Amino acid sequence: MIERTPLLNIATHIILIFGLVIILVPIWLAFVGATLTLQEVNSAPVEFWPGDQLLVNLREAWALSDFGQKFLNTLIVATGVVIGKITLACITAFALVFFNFRGRMLIFWMIFITLMLPLEVRIVPTYAVAANALTPFQTIMDWTGISWLINAVSGIEVALEWNLLNSYTGLILPLVATATGTFLYRQFFLTIPDELVEAARMDGAGPLRFLWDVLIPLSKTNIAALATIMFVYAWNQYLWPLLVVTDRANYGMVVVQLSDLVPDALTTGGGTPTWHLAMAATLVVMLPPIAIVILMQRWFVRGLINTDK
Amino acid sequence: MAEISIRNVAKTYGKTKIMDGVNLEIRNGEFVVILGPSGCGKSTLLRLIAGLEEITGGEIAIAGQVVNQLEPRERGCAMVFQNYALYPHMTVAENIGYALKVAGVAKAERLARVEATAKSVGLSDFLDRKPGQLSGGQRQRVAMARAIIREPKVFLFDEPLSNLDAKLRVQMRHEIRRIHNQIKATSVFVTHDQHEGMTLADRLVIMNKGTIEQIGTPEEIYEHPASLYVAGFVGSPAMNILPGTVAGDGRSVLMADGQAVAIPAGFKAEAGQLVQVGLRPERLTLLPAGQGGLQAAFQFYEELGSARVYHLMIEDIPVCVVLDEKLTLTEGQRMGIGFAQAALHVFDGASGRSLTRPSASRKVEEMA
Repeated sequence: MIERTPLLNIATHIILIFGLVIILVPIWLAFVGATLTLQEVNSAPVEFWPGDQLLVNLREAWALSDFGQKFLNTLIVATGVVIGKITLACITAFALVFFNFRGRMLIFWMIFITLMLPLEVRIVPTYAVAANALTPFQTIMDWTGISWLINAVSGIEVALEWNLLNSYTGLILPLVATATGTFLYRQFFLTIPDELVEAARMDGAGPLRFLWDVLIPLSKTNIAALATIMFVYAWNQYLWPLLVVTDRANYGMVVVQLSDLVPDALTTGGGTPTWHLAMAATLVVMLPPIAIVILMQRWFVRGLINTDK
Repeated sequence: MAEISIRNVAKTYGKTKIMDGVNLEIRNGEFVVILGPSGCGKSTLLRLIAGLEEITGGEIAIAGQVVNQLEPRERGCAMVFQNYALYPHMTVAENIGYALKVAGVAKAERLARVEATAKSVGLSDFLDRKPGQLSGGQRQRVAMARAIIREPKVFLFDEPLSNLDAKLRVQMRHEIRRIHNQIKATSVFVTHDQHEGMTLADRLVIMNKGTIEQIGTPEEIYEHPASLYVAGFVGSPAMNILPGTVAGDGRSVLMADGQAVAIPAGFKAEAGQLVQVGLRPERLTLLPAGQGGLQAAFQFYEELGSARVYHLMIEDIPVCVVLDEKLTLTEGQRMGIGFAQAALHVFDGASGRSLTRPSASRKVEEMA
């Protein structure tokens, strides 16, 4: 229902503007903070108009945190997550929707349940696996007695080890292994008319051909939506990189690095808090996700509301 | 080019029986229309031929080869779907050429064939458009072209005209017939529209509840319906059906209101047997009261332009008569209805099978 009365129009605008102000004021304050000197940023009351120190602060924050390497790392991880996620989600949903196999619904619900277990909940076991990705296989072999058998026969002690700590793989894989995209794809695939599938079969296209020639081109908007969401999600990761990366110089991610700039007793050692640097760094770190969202916006909205027929 | 043999085919979904013991021989180059109401299993039969569904029993052979286990692409069939099923992201040219692309035909040859095919269905100017930018009729043509380009042994049509408006439907009907005459591929066309069936078919197959009621040329089906069901389904307006009982002498049928209709000699009916008498509205004439085989009261008429449909009542049973003449009648006026003996159909009251059909064994011969 769409009401069109002047009074309601004014009311809705007031609500919208109010919401906008709530969202924009902190961003504005961050921007203002980034343009002030150390003295100005710590003076009371809070300064509301920008100063002239923006470039100076940006340069100092960039150099202090070695952001060049961190941006590159984060870009690699975010891109890896996006590609991995889209591929995994697409083929999983493809199997779930277009193939009729035993246990299809069981598998679907198992994937569904993982939605209730975000990374933060299962972070300890995930860390254990990342520390040695072959642990599950080792456990299976120990339990079934295979490792004992190998040891007895050949004298070789079976100790599988594949360490994912401090690596791009370790950063990317746990973020890829979730169910979010699978649903988006499943819902989209369910809207594909049966006749189209049958037409492709009559034309002689096998399943993979159909996936590649028909489904993927048709799901371009879904890909864009998922890519946007996953890029921002991966870019903003804090907890997992903090845990899995100890070699901060080579594998550090921006958000973790950013938190180091936020002044607390540890970083300033009781000195004056360097909020102007933290704010300047915040602005820089925010830019790539914003750029992606703006770039993908048109596709992204269409993909989510699914009216592109 | 191929003949299709459907032998004793059955189809069940879980415990639901859709089709049982269907036998049908389709000759090489023949245009067969499967006609029936929705849910009678006609589309299922088509999809079984195409290989989109697996058959539960019996066998289907195309060009002498049993295809039960073959994938759709290996059967040499092309199909035109009701909703066209065009690939929305491909241009018309890509849609038409997709089967060739999948088959690995070289690009130059593919483009040449796409152009030739597009030309034959009048799509040359639209090759770069997407299906979304085409009208219903044009989409239908693309769907046809996509089927033609593969030079299939068998053409399958699944109610391809039902989404078009009336005028376009007639036009596409002619187009389909013209293309068939040109390439002479065996064609199976499924529809619930009797006009499409009558006009397109070399032979008609009337289906009802998963079984075949009658197979024959449109003329045979119209003139000699094998059952009450076929009689009621083919013909417009529908055949008049009058219930009655066979009189003691076996030579006439007594209506509920006491009128007697003389029936042709030489068919099996016992005195007192319940029957249904069928009369085609087009085969009746209106006469002054007292003349003709039956007496009825005039109700109203419908103007068709070229003719009129006169609606009358015999007691509480409606009868309609189609006449070219424009008569001036008043409501309730008594009229006589005249007809020739040959126009009379008598169906068994219980089974609905025709008792007057010249050779009831014809169907068996055809199936053998």
